Amino acid sequence: MIQAGVIGVGQTKYDAKRRDVSMAGLVREAIDNAMLAANLEWDAIDAVILGKAPDMFEGVIMPELYLADAIGAVGKPVLRVHTAGSVGGSTAVIAASHVCSGQFKTVLTVTFEKQSESNATWALSPRYPYSPHINAGAGGYFAPFIREYIRRYEAPEHIGWKVAAKDRQNALKNPLAHLHIPGIDEKMVSDTPMLWEPLRYLESCPSSDGACAMVITAQDQVGSRNVAWIKGMAVRSEGTLSAGRDEVNPQAGIDCAKDIYNQAGIQNPFNEIDCAEIYVPFSWYEPMWLENLGFCDLGEGWKLTDKDATSIDGELPFNMSGGVLSSNPIGASGMIRFGEAALQVMGLAEDHQVEDAKVAMGHAYGGAAQFFAMWIVSSSLD
Amino acid sequence: MSAEDTPKDYSESPINLEYFYTAGSATTRFLNQVKEGNIVGQGCPKCKAVYVPPRGSCPRCGVATDIEVPLTDKGCIESFTVVHIPIPGNPIVPPYVCAMIRLDGANISFLHLIQDVDIENIRIGMRIQAVWKPKEEWTHSLENIKWFAPIDEPDVDVATLRFQES
Repeated sequence: MIQAGVIGVGQTKYDAKRRDVSMAGLVREAIDNAMLAANLEWDAIDAVILGKAPDMFEGVIMPELYLADAIGAVGKPVLRVHTAGSVGGSTAVIAASHVCSGQFKTVLTVTFEKQSESNATWALSPRYPYSPHINAGAGGYFAPFIREYIRRYEAPEHIGWKVAAKDRQNALKNPLAHLHIPGIDEKMVSDTPMLWEPLRYLESCPSSDGACAMVITAQDQVGSRNVAWIKGMAVRSEGTLSAGRDEVNPQAGIDCAKDIYNQAGIQNPFNEIDCAEIYVPFSWYEPMWLENLGFCDLGEGWKLTDKDATSIDGELPFNMSGGVLSSNPIGASGMIRFGEAALQVMGLAEDHQVEDAKVAMGHAYGGAAQFFAMWIVSSSLD
Repeated sequence: MSAEDTPKDYSESPINLEYFYTAGSATTRFLNQVKEGNIVGQGCPKCKAVYVPPRGSCPRCGVATDIEVPLTDKGCIESFTVVHIPIPGNPIVPPYVCAMIRLDGANISFLHLIQDVDIENIRIGMRIQAVWKPKEEWTHSLENIKWFAPIDEPDVDVATLRFQES
């Protein structure tokens, strides 16, 4: 198979309201940063792959068409991806697949959300016909799964506060992060109001404007550039309303992780992965995904969190950039995980760099936790 | 500058979308029974999983769920959350309890309200039963059930609810 690598990652500043730019200006900001990082001219781009979450979030239908100029796609193949919150991850996988196919040498991929132009919680809480109107946004949907995780493994409530504080402390080292909360700690998190029990306000992700772009190219195009080599990548999904589904530990997540570990030749992910950017929009998803992704046995995830294994100087740092808990332009949130993993192995993560990071993981999930996308990137091709 | 002189770089333009929703044959069969106060799930002919509300096919097997399975309006709480914030466009006043309801004999759960109980007493595995609106108000909707309320039966171990193909 053709080896593909990331040669440029570009991000915007994330914020609640980026009123200084239009939707087109927002995506172009990320793309310009990615193209500058890759040191490429536009002629080198063979196709553009764009991803975002539901069009209802901004009320602009098929924005990839109106954005053709801004994303440099005029006269070039363009593909739109949509897999709910996982879309940033699956868009990266699909872009890299274009390169691995041999039909495209270099692909530009971009994802975005401009949530200030609508109300995502409204868009996620429609009144379904013939049913009571009780949908309560993403937090309302995931909170029962989290409650069941806590019950099943007798996890203490401070675990959620701990993750929420740790990711926001990391965000203070990332100038692009949306939330910068000086002095953030567990006490501050636990003092915030309950939104969807057991989730408190600061245990939940913000609503952000932002975009993330990457340039992915084939091995023979790399030249002397700094590269994050893609060693394994996969997407998986499962039936949301399928009998036998375990929402706390979805089979599709287990299978997707096993697939990328096999591709990358990883036997023991906890020991062999240096750091990971994992999609944690609500605090408790850190221990839940530690288990689902095979970093530890079932019921042991919260114990790893509790003993600081996932802190930036721990054994397996999680979400060094501040994660989804600190910046959440939904359509881009997955790609930010994939891009931040690439920055770590390229040694470009600046103040939130993990020392000697050689192998990193990017992860995204979405919908009713039935869509998954993951990749492993490495500083070396071998 | 006064507020009037401040340049306005955006404006709000509310949109309204109206949908024509076609229930489809499986949901039509289900809702015709709900109109009469009956809950009839649909079973997969292959793996025997019972779906309520039915969507017409079994996601496990990819076949039509053409077996009608009458169910009771009793079940248990598989899990739940207490919603404390108002949701845009939603008429229900918080705090309210949104629960995954697993009816006896069903292999998936659906979301509905829990009431007639102090919130702090609600538990995963608690036995519950539907509280129906007056019969003259029944329509083709699960809103015929006002909410579910606890009944005096022992809690269920939710680990036993996981569907296993026999």
